[in-house]
Amino acid sequence: MSAEKMTMAQAINAALRDAIAQDDSVVVFGEDVAQLGGVFRVTDGLHRDFGESRVFDTPLAESGIVGMAVGMAMNGMRPVVEMQFDAFAYPAFEQIVSHVAKLGNRTRGKVRLPIVIRIPYAGGIGGVEHHCDSSEAYYAHTPGLTVVAPATNADAYGLLRAAIAGSDPVVFLEPKKHYFAREEVDVSVAVPPIGRAVVRRPGKDATLIAYGPSVPVALAAAEQAATEGRDLGVVDLRSIVPFDDETVCAEVRKTGRAVVVAEAPGFASVASEIAARVGERCFHHLEAPVRRVTGFDVPYPPPKLEHHFLPGVDRILDAVDTLQWEDAA
Amino acid sequence: MSAGQLKAAITPARLLDETGRLVRGASKPDAEALAEGYRKLVFARRLNEQCGALVRQGRLAVYPSSRGQEACQVACASVLSDGDWLFPTYRDTAAIAARGVDPVEVLTLLRGDWHCGYDPNEHKVAPQATPLATQLLHAVGVGHAARLKGEDTVVMALCGDGATSEGDFHEACNFAAVFKAPVVFFVQNNKYAISVPLARQSVAPSLAAKAIGYGMPGFRVDGNDLPALEKVLGEAVARARAGEGPTLVEADTYRIESHTNADDASRYRADDEVADWLPRDPLLRVKAYLTAVGALDDEREREITAAAEEMAAAVRAGVGAETSADPEEIFAHLYSTPTPQLAEQRAALRAELDLEEA
Repeated sequence: MSAEKMTMAQAINAALRDAIAQDDSVVVFGEDVAQLGGVFRVTDGLHRDFGESRVFDTPLAESGIVGMAVGMAMNGMRPVVEMQFDAFAYPAFEQIVSHVAKLGNRTRGKVRLPIVIRIPYAGGIGGVEHHCDSSEAYYAHTPGLTVVAPATNADAYGLLRAAIAGSDPVVFLEPKKHYFAREEVDVSVAVPPIGRAVVRRPGKDATLIAYGPSVPVALAAAEQAATEGRDLGVVDLRSIVPFDDETVCAEVRKTGRAVVVAEAPGFASVASEIAARVGERCFHHLEAPVRRVTGFDVPYPPPKLEHHFLPGVDRILDAVDTLQWEDAA
Repeated sequence: MSAGQLKAAITPARLLDETGRLVRGASKPDAEALAEGYRKLVFARRLNEQCGALVRQGRLAVYPSSRGQEACQVACASVLSDGDWLFPTYRDTAAIAARGVDPVEVLTLLRGDWHCGYDPNEHKVAPQATPLATQLLHAVGVGHAARLKGEDTVVMALCGDGATSEGDFHEACNFAAVFKAPVVFFVQNNKYAISVPLARQSVAPSLAAKAIGYGMPGFRVDGNDLPALEKVLGEAVARARAGEGPTLVEADTYRIESHTNADDASRYRADDEVADWLPRDPLLRVKAYLTAVGALDDEREREITAAAEEMAAAVRAGVGAETSADPEEIFAHLYSTPTPQLAEQRAALRAELDLEEA
């Protein structure tokens, strides 16, 4: 099969379609996912092609959706559920934290829950409040969950296939601002497994560490820096849990400088965890403290103000500028 | 909704009155099956007593007793077939034992060895739910999956009166009704959620009456009347198995003891209230009926008591046996393949333990 131009929504749709076709136990359900094909059209055509037993709408209740997925997984199914937007997943929080994440441990591995919880997340689309949260820290802080955040359309396909095929529950964070961006995807080419970060751009001077919607921003910053004579590398985490310390630290040790980029508010965040881990593991290689470029510690702003909140190229390059270059001279 | 449906959801169904007499118009229960039920009631009562004693001896961390609710505990298990599922709460230890799980395995949780001591798949019994009402949704999922697979599995989902205030109770009832899931929601209304009385949970005409709003049948039963419970729950199971969807059954019963041994019920309820419920004991009326119809004599009573004592001795021995919990197990089951971070933390704990042992 050759590469095809497709959007991230189409790549995810293809992953769901192929998984449903290949494995009778895969079921897709949530709000508006059947006839409508999802508010982002990610499940477009699946109900038509596979029928009500495989793809179905539920009552409008997120705890119910995730709780039902737990039971269906206990009874041999592989549910892939959609939370319509990041902030609408919060009613399901107890089910996710107390049951999805813990049942395998509680039962000493006798009950495994191969559940994928798909969440369109983060901002940059001009969405009104409650539609643009970066909620990854809640899930990453919960032992027992795998937390995946693809940045490319090829990864969206490959990581979702891996998430559905695995035995453990996965929170699959889809950067919604990428849903309609077209990229070449060759679904026949395997992507690295969940848990492996990828160096999207090698660099000699400093390393930008990002995931999900911040990866293209980091790449744009590196592009800009190159025109100004600085060679920045970019690491795409791909999954927050498991976290790939090895790849991240190998890159940082090469450059001696690191900036973590993420949309979520920075306090007690995934970005903070990454900065701490890199500090602990790479201290003797570091020329400067690890910097974080994140959202401010405020609720996601209204559409007209979101560009002030989102970490952009300038803010990243400003942070890079503070990495004590004078000492190196 | 008919007037009959509303009445069934509000007026408790009864077969045996408090003195063990058959109520007017009730058909006679099968005496031999009821004698077997009596045996299970005695076992459930003995298990409750034994667990209370084990707490006082410091061998169990805590025990939420179902004393006074033994008819509910026995009935919800006895109406199920082997392939059906039971979703119990922390107060349903006796129901799980009635389903056939070794009580010592059930008590693993309260003994503090691990969160769940039995294999849910082996017994078709979910882990005891400590968060309220969350397990009801899991029950709906198991039932819906069974229907999609073309299996006739029925799921018995247990909760108490307090749990009916939780959002997940509502979502589970609604999902089950919409999907026509083969689930029996069995609410043991024992009148208290720790200290808070039923009146502060709901002012609905009854808890079973809530079924009407979901478009499913609701029935209220005398929760201390074993044959009435078995009849109503059995019919609900049969409807579910036949593809007719869920039923909500409310048992009108009473929590004779405190919430757990760590609670002090004298702070929130009068002794008189408890005393009023003691004559309505679920064991007394079955015993009186069986004795009156000649299905229970002193010899059979002695035999049942001796067998219950044997069970209690096995529980004492099992719970009292020394166990060696493996500290590394806390890392073992979280993921099918441990993350590098967990492997690192496990190795660090191992190193600490090696130092202690050296």
